[in-house]
Amino acid sequence: MLQSLGQNLVFGLLVGALYGLVALGLSLIFGVTKFLNVAHGELVMFGGYASFYAFSMLGLDPFLSIPLTIIILFVLGAILYRLVFSRTIKLPEESKIKNTLLVAFGLSVIFQNLALRFFTADERGITTSYFSQAFTLGGVRFPLPKVAILVVTVIFLIILQLILKKTYTGKAIRATTQNWEAASLMGIDIHKVYLLSFAMGAALAGVAGTLVAVNYSIQPSMGLGWTMKALIVMVLGGLGNIPGTIIGGLILGLTESTTSFFISSNYREVAGLVLFLLVLIFRPQGLFGSKEA
Amino acid sequence: MKKNNIIKLILIIVVVALLVVLPLVIKNDSTINLVILVLLYILLASSWNILGGYTGQTNLGHAAFFGVGSLTTRLLWVNGVPFLLSFLAGGVVAVILALIIGAPAFKLRGVYFAIGTLALAQMLNLTVGNILPEMSYNPDLANYQLLPRYYLFLGLTLITILTAAILVKSRIGLGMMAVREGEDAAESLGISALKHKLIALSISAFFAGMAGAAFAYYHVSFYYYMPFGSEWTFDPMMMAYIGGTGTIIGPIIGAVFFVLLKQLLVWNVGEYHLIIFGTLFILIVLFLPGGLVEIWQKFRTFLTKKTKRRKKVLLKATIQNEDGIQRE
Repeated sequence: MLQSLGQNLVFGLLVGALYGLVALGLSLIFGVTKFLNVAHGELVMFGGYASFYAFSMLGLDPFLSIPLTIIILFVLGAILYRLVFSRTIKLPEESKIKNTLLVAFGLSVIFQNLALRFFTADERGITTSYFSQAFTLGGVRFPLPKVAILVVTVIFLIILQLILKKTYTGKAIRATTQNWEAASLMGIDIHKVYLLSFAMGAALAGVAGTLVAVNYSIQPSMGLGWTMKALIVMVLGGLGNIPGTIIGGLILGLTESTTSFFISSNYREVAGLVLFLLVLIFRPQGLFGSKEA
Repeated sequence: MKKNNIIKLILIIVVVALLVVLPLVIKNDSTINLVILVLLYILLASSWNILGGYTGQTNLGHAAFFGVGSLTTRLLWVNGVPFLLSFLAGGVVAVILALIIGAPAFKLRGVYFAIGTLALAQMLNLTVGNILPEMSYNPDLANYQLLPRYYLFLGLTLITILTAAILVKSRIGLGMMAVREGEDAAESLGISALKHKLIALSISAFFAGMAGAAFAYYHVSFYYYMPFGSEWTFDPMMMAYIGGTGTIIGPIIGAVFFVLLKQLLVWNVGEYHLIIFGTLFILIVLFLPGGLVEIWQKFRTFLTKKTKRRKKVLLKATIQNEDGIQRE
């Protein structure tokens, strides 16, 4: 009993890291640009398909295809920003959020149907020989693909922090997040910062997509479910708060796993949504957010 | 202006009369089913528009009310409650749901309200799928007839449009629009934002619930969770935007356009109409927030300006002529 609870908690944490990674891109984009890109789940889907086709057509190991996924999604993100989202930057913040939300819903409808057309409605997944392997620690099983989630998430969290903290571009991104008007007066090219953040957020969604394809399955209609998870995590962690986002992901993972354990795995997602609504109503600034957010 | 209104009234009467006699003239079931689909979408888009268009609250959980309406009606009806009672219960339960979630949901402003309602609808979708995973069959299958279903949808749609038209001309409707334009400004004028939002939500939910009830009466078999699906929110929302939010005719145009597009493109390939519709929706949100109605209005003012100018030119010409005559 206690052991299987422990197993559940570990699974919850590992899956929670994936939720954190999925939300990381959304949170980065929202924090910098105030675009609420609810087509994020579809970007995750595209990342998953990129890895799937790299695996099935080129025989590329899913983890080795991550750089490829990043490039594809980065370019896609840049195109989306240029073509669509950049049109809203002149709006005041509240209507900007609302309009990007609506636009992104339109995009998700388009992406879903394009995916249906080109990738078919079949469920896909990636399985390689070493995926069934696991190691045991203190009576708890650690399957490799799930451990990989944690490793990949930590790697990308570090990369993102390094970019944001150590590079000039990162500094520009952080300055723009704090106050875009002041940043633009200091000679920072806001358009470039927005474009980069959006493309980076999309690339992070792509990485998450690879992990989804490895651990779950991918299909054209998967987007909304993952967008919902990313939104939950983002609100839990506080809008645009990067460390908070990862913690939010872990909390969501744990909530889901304990719900599966004590109630039923059918109510896993419902529990996450209930948590989301409670936080929205009682602490809209997020569990770790400051009051002004 | 008055002449315009008379023309409008005559047009409405003609369209309604055509819709009433349509199934008597065209006995083709697939055509009638198609018109029913248009009516269903008009119902959903118009009811969404009451809250989303006139009151400015982007509700991404409209499917919840549609779903609850269909679920209530179907469950009661299957279990032997007289149809009329179960039918009305669909709308009533949707309003009850609206009143329960309304107060906490409206504590959320703007985008929080949007994603909160989205979460709510997803939650109900999953929960209903968990509790009632089985297919529901129409209890009226033995003597299923299309005609009463058609007239039910037609009547319901007319009532919805009429209610919306009366509502937006009323004091409450003006209050709703004031809340849309600026919540704080409205409050400072003594308009209770919460009260107006709740009224708009309840009316919107009621008609969505009735649409669900009619859906339960119409559909032969469906999974109970199916009407809770997010497409029942997004498609009507896109229709309202494409037609023109905050207008009576907008959602109607959007719904007709949607179904026409679907019919035109269905011959070629799968769901292409959704790709085109989605693109159009994005373009309208970005560049033409008034929708197709705005295009039409711009076109009309352009035309009237042109005719006015022509009249002026003619007038000038006659005056000059008269001058000329006088000089002679």
